[in-house]
Amino acid sequence: MDFETIIGLEIHAELSTKSKMFCGCSTVFGGEPNTKTCPVCLGHPGTLPVANRKAIEYAILLGLALNCEIAERSIFHRKNYFYPDMPKNYQISQYDIPLSRNGFLEIDMGEYKRRVGIIRVHLEEDTGKSIHVGESGRIHGAERSLEDFNRAGIPLVEIVTEPDLRSPEEARNFMMELRAVLEYLGISDCKMEEGSLRCDANISVGVGGSRGTKVEIKNMNSFRALQRALSFEEKRQRDVLLKGGIVTQETRHWDEAAGITHALRTKEEAFDYRYFPEPDLVPIEPDPPWVEELRRSLPEMPAERLRRFISEYGLPKDIAKVLVYDKKLGNFYEETVRKGENPIEIAKWVAGDLAGLLNEASIDADLSPVRPGGVSELVHLVESGVISGRMAKDVLKEAFESGESPRQIVSRKGLSQIADSNEILAIVKQVIKENPQAVSDYLDGKEQALKYLMGQVMKLTRGKANPKMASEMLVEALKMRE
Amino acid sequence: MELTEKDALTLSKLISKREVSSKEVVDAYLNRIEKVEPVIHAFINLSAELARKQALEIDEKLSRGEEAGRYAGVPIAIKDVLSTKSFHTTCASRMLENFIPIYDATAVRKVFNAGCVMIGKANMDEFAMGSSTENSYFGVTRNPWDTNRVPGGSSGGSAAAVAAREAPWALGSDTGGSIRQPAALCGIVGLKPTYGLVSRYGLVAFASSLDQVGPMTLNVKDCAALLGLIAGHDPLDSTSIPRTPDEYLSGLTGDVRGLKAGVVKEISGEGIDPDVLSCFYKGIGALEECGVHVEEVTLPSFEYALSAYYIIAPAEASSNLARFDGIRYGFRTECDCADIWEMYDRTRSEGFGGEVKRRIMLGTYALSAGYYEAYYAQAQKIRTLIIRDYNRAWDKFDVLLSPTSPTTAFKIGEKIDDPLTMYLSDICTIPVNLAGIPAISVPCGFSKGLPVGFQIMGPPLEEARILNVAYALEQSLNLDMRPPV
Ligand SMILES: [Zn+2]
Repeated sequence: MDFETIIGLEIHAELSTKSKMFCGCSTVFGGEPNTKTCPVCLGHPGTLPVANRKAIEYAILLGLALNCEIAERSIFHRKNYFYPDMPKNYQISQYDIPLSRNGFLEIDMGEYKRRVGIIRVHLEEDTGKSIHVGESGRIHGAERSLEDFNRAGIPLVEIVTEPDLRSPEEARNFMMELRAVLEYLGISDCKMEEGSLRCDANISVGVGGSRGTKVEIKNMNSFRALQRALSFEEKRQRDVLLKGGIVTQETRHWDEAAGITHALRTKEEAFDYRYFPEPDLVPIEPDPPWVEELRRSLPEMPAERLRRFISEYGLPKDIAKVLVYDKKLGNFYEETVRKGENPIEIAKWVAGDLAGLLNEASIDADLSPVRPGGVSELVHLVESGVISGRMAKDVLKEAFESGESPRQIVSRKGLSQIADSNEILAIVKQVIKENPQAVSDYLDGKEQALKYLMGQVMKLTRGKANPKMASEMLVEALKMRE
Repeated sequence: MELTEKDALTLSKLISKREVSSKEVVDAYLNRIEKVEPVIHAFINLSAELARKQALEIDEKLSRGEEAGRYAGVPIAIKDVLSTKSFHTTCASRMLENFIPIYDATAVRKVFNAGCVMIGKANMDEFAMGSSTENSYFGVTRNPWDTNRVPGGSSGGSAAAVAAREAPWALGSDTGGSIRQPAALCGIVGLKPTYGLVSRYGLVAFASSLDQVGPMTLNVKDCAALLGLIAGHDPLDSTSIPRTPDEYLSGLTGDVRGLKAGVVKEISGEGIDPDVLSCFYKGIGALEECGVHVEEVTLPSFEYALSAYYIIAPAEASSNLARFDGIRYGFRTECDCADIWEMYDRTRSEGFGGEVKRRIMLGTYALSAGYYEAYYAQAQKIRTLIIRDYNRAWDKFDVLLSPTSPTTAFKIGEKIDDPLTMYLSDICTIPVNLAGIPAISVPCGFSKGLPVGFQIMGPPLEEARILNVAYALEQSLNLDMRPPV
C-alpha cells in the first residue's frame, strides 16, 4: 500500500525571563517546593495578573525569527479547567488572536529541504507540578497528590506547526532546528529533560492520497523519544491499516521504558475549555517602531551561520553542523579562529575531540576548561610540527582534565617531537646498523622493510621523532647505502 | 451632638486639631456598635481591638506632632470582599469563613496610609452576588430605617453601618449596582467610579470587567473625599487607568447652572414604583431650580441591559470562582473523598451558597462550546450598543438621571425565592457597569418613611461633575437622613 505520514507539532518552550509571566516571582529552576510563589501565582482571592513585558518581547523575537506576522493587537484568553496544579483553575493563554502567526521554518534533510509552516506563536503561563502518591502514579487512583507551584506562572511560548512534516526524522530535525533558533535568540534554556522545552505531536497515516486519522502523542521528553514515539506510531497505524482496521482518533501517551504508545483514558481529555477573553488584562499592542527595533536586533540564525561557516571557513557541512547546532560550541569555534590558526584544522579539533570531551563531561562549551587560546595553541603545535596529531589528542585530553595549557603540558613532559636533524640522523644510523637484514631487504626492493625500519626509529625516539623528517632522512641514508 | 452623628470630614478635622482623640472617636463608634449591632448586623467580623490599637498609635503620632495621614483616626467599615492582611476576609461565604489573607487590597492600603481605622468587615451578599444581603452565609443585615426590611445589596452591610452610624464611612464594591442600590435603600450616598479609576487589586473578583470599589458615605463631601483617597493608577491592576485623578473635594461648588441633564426614559417610568418616581421628580424639580436644564432622553438598548448583564457577570464569575477548590486555602469538605474530583464537587457544593451556585451554573453554560456565540458573544454586542447609546447621549447631555432603584427597601424574605424579581432590583444601575461609566446615588426623599435614591450618571472620568450635581441636589433638598435606629 502507498502510505503517507503527516505530522504536525505543538511545542511549548519556557522563556528564560527573570520573573514569571504575571507576577514578580523568580523563574530559577529548582528550589524548595512553593518557595518561588506569591499571592498572584498562588491564585489568592483578589489578585490580578500584570503581563511581563520581557516575555512579550521574547515572544515577538521568536515570531520574527520564525518569519511570522506580528499582530498589531492580540489578547489573552482564559482556558478553564480544573486541575490541582493550576492555582486559578484557569490558564491565562491566547486563543483566536495570538501574538504572531503565518510563519515558517526551513529544515535541511541533506538531500532535500522542507519549509514547515508555523500556524501561530503565542504566550501563556505554565502550570505547577503534581506528584501523585499511589500505585498508579497518576491523578486517578492517587492516595494523595503533592503540589509545587514554583513553576506555576512561568512564561511559555506555544508554537504550532502546519501538518507539513512527512516523517519522524523530519519531526526530529524540526525540533533540533527550532531549539537552535530559541538558543540563538537567547530566550529559552531549551532543556527537554528539565521540561523547559516540550513537544506534542499529531500524526496520521494516509493511504493512496487520502488523509488518515489524526492521533495525538504526548509525553515525549527528548529528541530521541520524539523520533522513537513517532516511528512506533507510524508503524502501529500502518499495521492497523494493513489489517483492514480503522485508526481511532485519540490521545496516546508515549511510554519511554516500554517503547510503545498507549491510549489515554478519554475522561482526561474530554474538556470544554470555555475560552473567553481575559478581563483582567489589556490587549497586547506592540508599538510598530518597537517591533522594527526588535527585528533589527535579531541575531544571526543557525541556518545563516551554517551557510557562512561553509563559505567563509570552507568547512565541510557535517562539521559545520556540529558547530552551528550548539550555539556555544559555534561561538567557541569562532573565538578560536580569531586567534589566527587554520579554520579547518580548528574545526576538526573543536567539533571532534573537544566536543567529545565536553559531551562526556556534560559541560557547555562556554565553560570548557580548555579555552579557545588553548585550542589555538594546540593547532599551532601540530601545524608547526612540534607534536604529532596523535600526541595532540592526549595533550588535549590532559589539558581538559587539568586545565593546564597545551604548551605547558608539552614542555613539562618533554613531549615535543625531535626535529633536530642531527639527533634524528644519529638514530637513523643506529637503526640501519642494527637491522642489516631489513636494510638489505629494502635495497632488494622490498618496500615493506622501510616501514619496519621507520617503526624502529619511532620506537627508539619513543615516538617523538618528527615522522616526516625521520622518513626523509631514513630514505636518504638508505640511498647512500646503495 | 454625639460624635457618631458627625460626618467623616468633621471627625477628621476634630482629630487633627486634637479637639477629640482618635481613641475617643473609635470608642464612641464601638459603643454605638454595641448598642445597635445586635439588631442591624452590619458586620461579619469586628476589628475592635485592632481599631483601638490603631487609634492609640495615631493619637501618639499626633501628640508628637508627626504626620499621621490625611484622615488620621477616622473609623471606616470595609466590605468583606476587600482583602485585608492578617484579618479575616470571608466574602460572606462559608468557603472563606476562616480565610486570612496575606496582603492588603490597594484601596485598603490607601485608606490605611491615610490613617483611617478599620472598625470591621461589613456584611454583604456572598461573593457580592445579590441585591439584599440575604445571601450572606453569616445572616442578613437589617435596614436601619425599618429592621424588617433589607438594606439592599450586595454592599448592604457597608450601607447599613454608615446609615446606623456604626461607621462614618465605608468602602463598598459595585458590579451591577451593589454600592448605589444599598446606598439608596439605606438613605446614604454611594458612588460607582469609572471602570479603572480605582484599583481592583485585592477586590475578590465577581465579574472582573464590571467590578469597581467605591465610597459609601453620609454625604456628598465625604464621598468626594473618600473617592479622592482611593482613586488613582495602580501598577498591580492592568485595567487601572494611568492618569492622576481630579480634585473631587475642592470641585464641590454646588454651581450647576446651565448644565444639561437627561432623564433616561427606559429606567425612569415603567417598572418603577410610583412613589419612588414622584420622589425622583421632586429631585428633578430641585435641580431645575438650581439652573439645570432637564429633558427626557431615550436609550433603546437599555431594554436588553439586564439580560446582557446576567450572561456576562455569571460567565466571568464562573471562571473567577473556580479557584475556590479546597486545595490551597479556604474551606475543604470533611468528607473522605474517593478522588480529587469528588473532593472538588463536595467542597464546592458545601462551601458555596445557592445564589453563587446558580450564577456559576448560568455562567458555565453561557461559555460552553456551542452556546458561546449565542450567549456570551451576543451579550458583548449588547454591551457595545449600550456604550454607543451613552456616547450619543453625551453629545447632548452633561449628566443622565434616573431613580437608583425601582423600589424602596423591601421586606426580608420577600424576593429571596424569586431570583428574577430580585434581579430587577438592579435594572437602573446595571447599564452603568456595562458601559464602565461613573454614577452616584444620593438621597432625594422618602416614600412611606423609606429613603429613595437619585442616580446621576456621567461620562467616563467625570466623577467631579456628577459629585457636584449630587452636591447641589443634596444642598437644595437638605433632608434629615437620620434613621430611627
Ligand atoms: Zn508569584
